[in-house]
Amino acid sequence: MSTEIRPKAAAEEGMQGLVQDWSDDREVFRRVNWGKAMMWIFLLSDTFIFSCFLTGYMVVRSSTVEAWPNTSEVFALTLGGIHIPLVLIAIMTFVLISSSGTMAMAVNFGYQRRRFRCGGLILLTALLGATFVGMQAFEWSKLIEDGVRPWGNPMGAPQFGACFFMITGFHGLHVSIGVIYLGIVALKVLKGDYEQRGDYQIVETAGLYWHFVDLVWVFIFAFFYLW
Amino acid sequence: MVNTQTHPIGTYLKIWGLLFLLSTLSYLVDYLQFQGLLRWGLIILFMLLKAGLIVAVFMHMAWERLAIMYAILLPPGCLVILVALMAAESNYTLLSRLLFFG
Repeated sequence: MSTEIRPKAAAEEGMQGLVQDWSDDREVFRRVNWGKAMMWIFLLSDTFIFSCFLTGYMVVRSSTVEAWPNTSEVFALTLGGIHIPLVLIAIMTFVLISSSGTMAMAVNFGYQRRRFRCGGLILLTALLGATFVGMQAFEWSKLIEDGVRPWGNPMGAPQFGACFFMITGFHGLHVSIGVIYLGIVALKVLKGDYEQRGDYQIVETAGLYWHFVDLVWVFIFAFFYLW
Repeated sequence: MVNTQTHPIGTYLKIWGLLFLLSTLSYLVDYLQFQGLLRWGLIILFMLLKAGLIVAVFMHMAWERLAIMYAILLPPGCLVILVALMAAESNYTLLSRLLFFG
């Protein structure tokens, strides 16, 4: 009995490729390193966690009979005698976006095997992340000073505090963990670990986590601070 | 494994610039005190554009195969149902509160 040896099917593009990838009886995610695929799946689960928080926030905000505190004013600061609404949050947003930019470039330099640029940019990313957490700590202490508590506050609906501490706290935790994670990856890059292996994939995987943290902030900024 | 994720640095700088612009615009929505439908529409528009740029370019989703795109981007669609259900539920809660405790 002759068995026909078929050449390995070339990867099709488009919908044809989608069906082929899922039915080929082999790894589904072609050309995707396993670490990266698993990071994506972790991020998908994290998406659901943050979405549950934001949906919970929507529920309490739209069902409360008391007025919701005006975030524009709650997060205003007076800088140099000028009263600017929401200014700290705007700066935090720019810092986090910048850190995403430096991270994207770090991944690029990693693949180009320029490890000192890569490691330096990751460290810069971590530094910007730490700056973000620092500003968040300042924001928290200011709000606590103003009397905001998880169970009440002087500005309006008591649910405001619970949502604020829960959502920004969980996001801040992600940023803090990200800073540690990036610190470790940066050290390994600079030490030359990935250079020896000839594989900088881990930098891209760490980058995915970092961009996700920025992505979540986009939603928090829109729904919690601007709405 | 062949790495396909090498793009010119300029691409990232352009996206970075765009994200800055979009963030500034969404901040201006608050600063200029837009209200009502215009405010919510603009906030959502800028938010989705920013999220799209981050996922597509920074996270390289635009260059991945459809198999992983669909596996990651479709499931969050379920959230639309959750949000719709919870919106209806919270409306009901609000009505009950106004009726019985108002």
